[in-house]
Amino acid sequence: MQLSAHAKIRGPRAEQIILFRISGQLFAVSSASVQEVRGVDSLAGMAQEIPLSTIRKVRHSVRRGEGTLYVVNGGVHFGLPPSAATLVFFLRNTRVALLVDGIDRMSSMTQLQAMSHAFCHEERRWYRGLTALDQTVVPVVDPSGFLSLEELSLLEKAMEARNLGSEAGETYRQ
Amino acid sequence: MKTAAELELQSYVLLRLGERRFALAAREIAELVAPSRVFRFPQQTKEIEGVILRRGRIVPVCDVSERLLGNKLTSRRFYLLAARKYGEHTEWVALPVSGECELINAEMMPAGESDSNHVAGWLSHGAEVIEVLDLEALTPGPGTLSTHHPEVSAAQEARP
Repeated sequence: MQLSAHAKIRGPRAEQIILFRISGQLFAVSSASVQEVRGVDSLAGMAQEIPLSTIRKVRHSVRRGEGTLYVVNGGVHFGLPPSAATLVFFLRNTRVALLVDGIDRMSSMTQLQAMSHAFCHEERRWYRGLTALDQTVVPVVDPSGFLSLEELSLLEKAMEARNLGSEAGETYRQ
Repeated sequence: MKTAAELELQSYVLLRLGERRFALAAREIAELVAPSRVFRFPQQTKEIEGVILRRGRIVPVCDVSERLLGNKLTSRRFYLLAARKYGEHTEWVALPVSGECELINAEMMPAGESDSNHVAGWLSHGAEVIEVLDLEALTPGPGTLSTHHPEVSAAQEARP
């Protein structure tokens, strides 16, 4: 039996990934999931504090287009020791701007192994799976795993409380 | 012709954890491998300390000695790769062991009501009475899941 030319050249599909670090730990994210990478300094003028946030990993929001994004501290999210973030990833199709320490390199993966069922807690939401790169294992983050619906709802309430507070302040000043 | 007693004999792998020996059904054992680098990453399943790479597979490492003996192994000689069932499908889990393993044929006595849930039964071997371990009770699995997650295949091709 002869294979078609298309079948002959078809190998495993590769996915472009960004390898990045938070508190020394290496992670990967699909480059297609990252809409923009900026320095944290650029947030200085646009980030607003959320004083009543009950979500420890989120302390600021950013207006972007029509919507509001929440700035997620990756170290707090993953339970890692504090570190100095230098970059922020704006994650596509989410409301997350993720603080990271730095980009390690760009790479590509051809295999993504789903999390073993032995892992049975929050990590199942955090990661799409694990990949082996250069004889090391790297967790591939799931952009939708940084904020749950419950957390988003709590943040919305904190934002409303902040906005009401600032409106009341303006009325009082008038 | 086999006797009734012979029909009950099954193969078990005896594994050493510290000063004690335990048994697993041989059908649950994939291989015994030398210790290799454990890759750690943030996760919250405390029974799993990380993963090893074996023949292209990423295998979680579960030190069961803490549960069985009350403390972690101080020295590891091998990882016993065991096939752990999760409902319909099976995945490998690496169990650190501190000594040689031995394959024996023996008849298992069923566990009693007062035994811990990780005890599948008992073997009498030499002068020892050895616990046969129930991997599903001993290692973590979806029973302890706190949130719902859709089932995913054991290995999937990366998305472009």
